[in-house]
Amino acid sequence: MDCGVFTTNYREDMAILHHPGAKLKVLVVVAFFLALPFMVNAYYVSVVNLIGIAIIGAIGLNILVGFTGQISIGHGAFMGVGAYAAGIMTATLGWSFWIALPAGGLAAALIGGLFGIPSLRLKGLYLAIATLAAQVIIEFGIIHWPALTRGPAGMVLPAPTIGGLVLNNDTTFYYLILAITIGAVVFALNLFRTRTGRAFMAVRDRDLAASVMGINLFKYKVTAFAVSSFYAGIAGALWGHYLGVISPEYFTIKVSILYLAMIIIGGLGSVMGAIYGACFMTLLPILLRETADFFGGGFAGLTHIMLAMQEAVFGLLIILFLIFEPEGLAKMWHKVKEYFKLWPFSY
Amino acid sequence: MTFFLQIIITGLVVGAVYALVAFGFVLIYKSSDVINFAQGEFLLVGAYVALSLVVFYQVPFLAAVALTLTMCVLLGVVVERLVLRPFIGERVISVIMATLGLSLLMRGIIQMIWGTETRVYPAIFPDAPVRLGEVVVSQVYLWSLGVALVLLAVFTVFFKYSSTGIVMRAAADDQAAAQSMGISVKRIIAITWAIAAVVAAIGGVLLGNINGVNPSLAYIGLMVLPVVILGGLDSVPGAIVGGFTIGLLESLAGGYLDPLFGGGVKEVVPFVVLLVVLMVRPYGLFGKEIIERV
Repeated sequence: MDCGVFTTNYREDMAILHHPGAKLKVLVVVAFFLALPFMVNAYYVSVVNLIGIAIIGAIGLNILVGFTGQISIGHGAFMGVGAYAAGIMTATLGWSFWIALPAGGLAAALIGGLFGIPSLRLKGLYLAIATLAAQVIIEFGIIHWPALTRGPAGMVLPAPTIGGLVLNNDTTFYYLILAITIGAVVFALNLFRTRTGRAFMAVRDRDLAASVMGINLFKYKVTAFAVSSFYAGIAGALWGHYLGVISPEYFTIKVSILYLAMIIIGGLGSVMGAIYGACFMTLLPILLRETADFFGGGFAGLTHIMLAMQEAVFGLLIILFLIFEPEGLAKMWHKVKEYFKLWPFSY
Repeated sequence: MTFFLQIIITGLVVGAVYALVAFGFVLIYKSSDVINFAQGEFLLVGAYVALSLVVFYQVPFLAAVALTLTMCVLLGVVVERLVLRPFIGERVISVIMATLGLSLLMRGIIQMIWGTETRVYPAIFPDAPVRLGEVVVSQVYLWSLGVALVLLAVFTVFFKYSSTGIVMRAAADDQAAAQSMGISVKRIIAITWAIAAVVAAIGGVLLGNINGVNPSLAYIGLMVLPVVILGGLDSVPGAIVGGFTIGLLESLAGGYLDPLFGGGVKEVVPFVVLLVVLMVRPYGLFGKEIIERV
């Protein structure tokens, strides 16, 4: 493993690829994901696609909650803003997906920043409640503005095209999602090596102290909301165009809670944690369903029990992680790695 | 005019239930600084348990309610002990997520047991509507309003004069000071959760008698947030005033604005009020002004 790495200056210490093998490791991982669609069937590719979208959304939420310490229960609604903004551009206005995707992100960032303004006066509990209000109001807006969003019926979105290629199946969409996910991860990892990212963390740790050190709280809190919502908007726009339909029920408070659960289980304040959490929470329902099929396949009334059980398991996991490992899967993985770092001579 | 009065009465009944649920919510917040996002699920548990006792086990209604409340006391204490105790002194986000997790867990279990379809209580209150001047009100409404008002009065007196009530107020005021006077704060918090579960369950039984029971009733758990913010998070009178205000507002919005916007205004108006209150006066009407300005 990476024992015997001694950094001698700040630049080396802050490097993302910390030890000599890291570059190789990243290359192997990227190569693996590039080759993945050729190794497994379309079903697994679609699962990986959903995970990729969840990763983008979860990283966004973690930037806000985990790194800046501002609680948001409105992430699902911000995803909805991105999805609908992009959807209106591609489906109603007929614009290109490649303009609509960033524009959807920007629209979400705008709305997110707007709802972030209360964070100046409100902290903790109160902020959580304000973002919850944002969630309810945005949902209401989506349902009750049929001229723009077609109301509860939802919208059908066209598949994006690149050159002459239509991205309308799992495999082609896979590469789009992979590229954006890698971009999102790299951006987030680097964000926290910049002044802005460090300011976020200073605000989280003690906003009064941060303000004394010359950090403009207004600017950085609203920026955090905007960046986080931009990620949410991109995730929402991608999700909408991947599924081909969007409707208000995709962006309810349940989605907000699901994303919060991802970053809690994955690890607050850790980019890798958001990734682990997104994988875990996307795979969990699938595993539950497979298990149920295995044991009780064929029972007709089982579906609603499964849905309910899924919810209960989510809730239970959130509580258990909070009690026993508040820093989530990222910390658990870190501990495992630490153990093997000098193994078998660990003392 | 009749329409207006009808709306006012509906608003008062809904408001009374909000006040009850908000009351439990505020108690928990006061005694332990916890925002309980699972309050709606406590309401649901109460409604379903009482319903099952009445329908499946043929228990007389009042006995069923008594049994339900006993069970809710236990539930409140157990939940506090198992879920909330580890979070004393933890960060706000952990506590919020813990109660959100709790609400998912409880809703999941409730749906596994009772499913999602609406269940109706057998008629317990007489069917014949009562005439109040020109307004016709069904008896369930009047009973609900009456029960809620009596309960609120009882609890107000309880806090003012009973020794347990006084001890609870002391603990809410300053945990450390209360502890040093020989008060067991842990016991107080457990009692608080039990009371919160009980009032929520009563609210659930009342609402269940009016509209039937289904999982969407838990939405009240969210609707109670505008109530407590308006009244002030740490104020019991605030919860009552806020409950009736939001109930009336919601009912008025439902009656007059819903036809204009094609429905749904009813649900969103309280949250608009909530945002305005948070912007203008975050501590609410009667709350203590100790919010730390950033």
